[in-house]
Amino acid sequence: MDIRPIFAALRKHRIPAGLIVLEIALACAVLCNAVFMIGQRIGEMHVPNAIDEAGIVDITVQGTDPKLAAADVPRNLAALREIPGVTAVAAVNIVPLSQSGWNSNVATGPGELLKKNTPNVAQYLFSRGGPEALGMRLLRGRFFDDAEYADSQLGVSYLPGGHVALVTQSLAERLWPGQSALGKQAWIGDDNHYTVVGVVADILRPDRNGEGAAGFHWAIFLPLSPASVLNTYIVRSNPGDRGRVLRDGIRKLEALSPNAVVKGQTFTEVRDKFFADTRSMVGMLALVCVVMLAVTAFGIVGLTSFWVGQRRRQIGIRRALGATRGHIMRYFQTENFLLTAAGVLLGMALAFGINVYLMQHYELQRMPMYYLPAGAIALWLLGQLAVIGPARRAAAVPPVVATRSG
Amino acid sequence: MFAYYLELGLRSLKRSPGLTILMVLAIGFGVAASMTSWSVFRAVSGDPIPWKSAQLFVPQIDMWGPSGRDPDGEPPNAMDYTDAVALMRDHRAKRQSAMYQIAPSVVPTGAGKHPLNVSGHAVYSEFFPMLDVPFKYGSAWSASDDTNRAQVVVINSKLNQKLFGGVDSVGKSVNLEGHEYRVVGVLDHWNPQPRYYDVVNGGGFVIDADDVFMPFQTAIQADIPNDGNTNCNAVPEESGFVGLQHSPCVWIAYMVELDDAAAVQAYRTYLDGYARQQQASGRFSWPPNNRLRDLPAWLESQHVVPSDTKVSLLVAFGLLLVCLVNTVGLLLAKFLRRSGEIGVRRALGAPRAAIYVQFLTEAGMVGVAGGVLGLLLTGAGVASVGWVLPKDIADLARLDVSLLALALLVAVVATVLAGLYPTWRASNVQPAWQLKSN
Repeated sequence: MDIRPIFAALRKHRIPAGLIVLEIALACAVLCNAVFMIGQRIGEMHVPNAIDEAGIVDITVQGTDPKLAAADVPRNLAALREIPGVTAVAAVNIVPLSQSGWNSNVATGPGELLKKNTPNVAQYLFSRGGPEALGMRLLRGRFFDDAEYADSQLGVSYLPGGHVALVTQSLAERLWPGQSALGKQAWIGDDNHYTVVGVVADILRPDRNGEGAAGFHWAIFLPLSPASVLNTYIVRSNPGDRGRVLRDGIRKLEALSPNAVVKGQTFTEVRDKFFADTRSMVGMLALVCVVMLAVTAFGIVGLTSFWVGQRRRQIGIRRALGATRGHIMRYFQTENFLLTAAGVLLGMALAFGINVYLMQHYELQRMPMYYLPAGAIALWLLGQLAVIGPARRAAAVPPVVATRSG
Repeated sequence: MFAYYLELGLRSLKRSPGLTILMVLAIGFGVAASMTSWSVFRAVSGDPIPWKSAQLFVPQIDMWGPSGRDPDGEPPNAMDYTDAVALMRDHRAKRQSAMYQIAPSVVPTGAGKHPLNVSGHAVYSEFFPMLDVPFKYGSAWSASDDTNRAQVVVINSKLNQKLFGGVDSVGKSVNLEGHEYRVVGVLDHWNPQPRYYDVVNGGGFVIDADDVFMPFQTAIQADIPNDGNTNCNAVPEESGFVGLQHSPCVWIAYMVELDDAAAVQAYRTYLDGYARQQQASGRFSWPPNNRLRDLPAWLESQHVVPSDTKVSLLVAFGLLLVCLVNTVGLLLAKFLRRSGEIGVRRALGAPRAAIYVQFLTEAGMVGVAGGVLGLLLTGAGVASVGWVLPKDIADLARLDVSLLALALLVAVVATVLAGLYPTWRASNVQPAWQLKSN
């Protein structure tokens, strides 16, 4: 199809044509960035977490006498283990995604803490049975043995006195890139170091603690004999039983420590709470995208309809001179295609610019380049869909219009 | 004449209802989205204590030296125990308070009641007058209670309701962590957002107000541990809460009230003098690197306004822009279609100004209609931000008269602006040419 007449016509309607181009450019720019942000946040919500998320509940006991912890913790664990359906229990200091953290900087040697840029790491402590209760997945090495739990007491400055540790795969890769982590020493402070005996599949930390997406999996696990810091009980059962297990567990612990505050939740609830903000941001961005696409589509319909109305006579003349309905339809579709093309070209540049601006000011990441053509195709489709109605009406103009004056 | 234009506009809008509805919808959605985001943004970026924020300052002392600074040279955003207590002892500002977050458990009187966790802060007596904290019953404790480590507390009205059924409980006793404390004051409703006196903990926006306040040194003596963040540049040498007090870990918030520029300057000099004194005594091996920001600058430096809120505001304004461009296009389509009518009016002697008034009136009508729709949608939007935004922030977004007026104003001004170019084009219609071709 010859597109020269289209250009000639558009030159006569520079402003309406310019408006369509501008509208599509803006829509393309906002859409690309909004969809990119949506994608990033959905990605954030699906980062792997190698524990039995569906099967565990956690119950926290606060306000008991710390001096009695050595007796209280085993008693509580035994009581929880008796609940029918419970497959494993353990006491821990922190829970993944619970937003209440316990963090240390971990180095590969003494004296490195202040000199080198050491990673800030979530420090999980748990009693015997911790790996089974959480459902941790061992990749290399081994879990702790009974003696290692029994030997580890909480010393000065809240560091366990044991000498062994598990690390996540991501932390192992961060501390000893390209090497086996087994047998290496992880230093916390200048006096405490732990031999890595096992590497486990990535587990999330309670919060990112300023380490960003990469550090979300940096965690170290240390064994501990019963102590007051182990005030959260992880109870694992079949997913179908967990509601009842949670209720029974809370009731039992309340009965055992009548003066304590006992609170419990399923891990699914913990996860939902953690990502509530992210989910809502996704919802709001999606809403804006839908409204904007609708507004853009209606704008194209409106302007093209006006255009068709203005050009009824020309259309009639073309029809009288032998143009088919298909020709007229295709004329408006091609015109729309050209306008959209100009719009998305401008829009892609704008989208890129906005992304760079957001990166500088709001800690956003760089948008992958494929978002730009994807946004372009989406708007091309939208434009073609929007133009069908007005183009049909144009094609329906009868040739006889040409013979009427005005 | 204006009434006539209104009638003309109404008639013209009725003639092409589809186009009119499109414009009204576009304006309505654009205004609603941007106003809803704006209400949230305004809520989180507002000044929590506008009448006094210029007199409230947060001092920062560089007790960690070069190795503990941020890349931009910023010292820690909280204080260690040594400095906080030293500054309180020197007492150089008009009012000042060190504070730390506590979460003691309260044992209600009466059998069978479960103990409950409450949150609060351990503060000095000047905290209350400094921040204009409103009291319902009683008052703050006295300066001598601070030094004597008196067993007193101030509770908020919610806890008062829970423990004492809302009656004047001054003089009654509350059991915190197994110790009895005498209530000296009950706060009226007070839950400033952001919780500006301690933004390091909880990021500034916390749903629940502090339930209990107790004298700083009383809490220290009773061994009520810090429930807020603790940051250390080295492992503490002693264990427990006492170890934390002797360590260089930072966990204490600090705020001072300074009335004028001279007082601010004097306090700056004092802080630098304090740091130099520490340098002389060998505790610091670096020159003073203190900060003294007023409250708005402090909130800015701590990034209290979540960046998500700013991004969603940008996105919403992007949407409004798209809607406006859309309206310009549609108005243009509408007005140019009527060049014949304009030609007749001009030929009959109407000046350009009359055409302007007529078409801007019509644009304004679209704006008002869009604005009203926008108002309704904004209302719905603000009511439903709860499921779109974090709960603690959503609670702050409120619909008020100024927001509604702003929404209407934005709609009308935006539409009239959008109508300017189409009107200019319309008023440029050559009467003779139009009459001839018809």
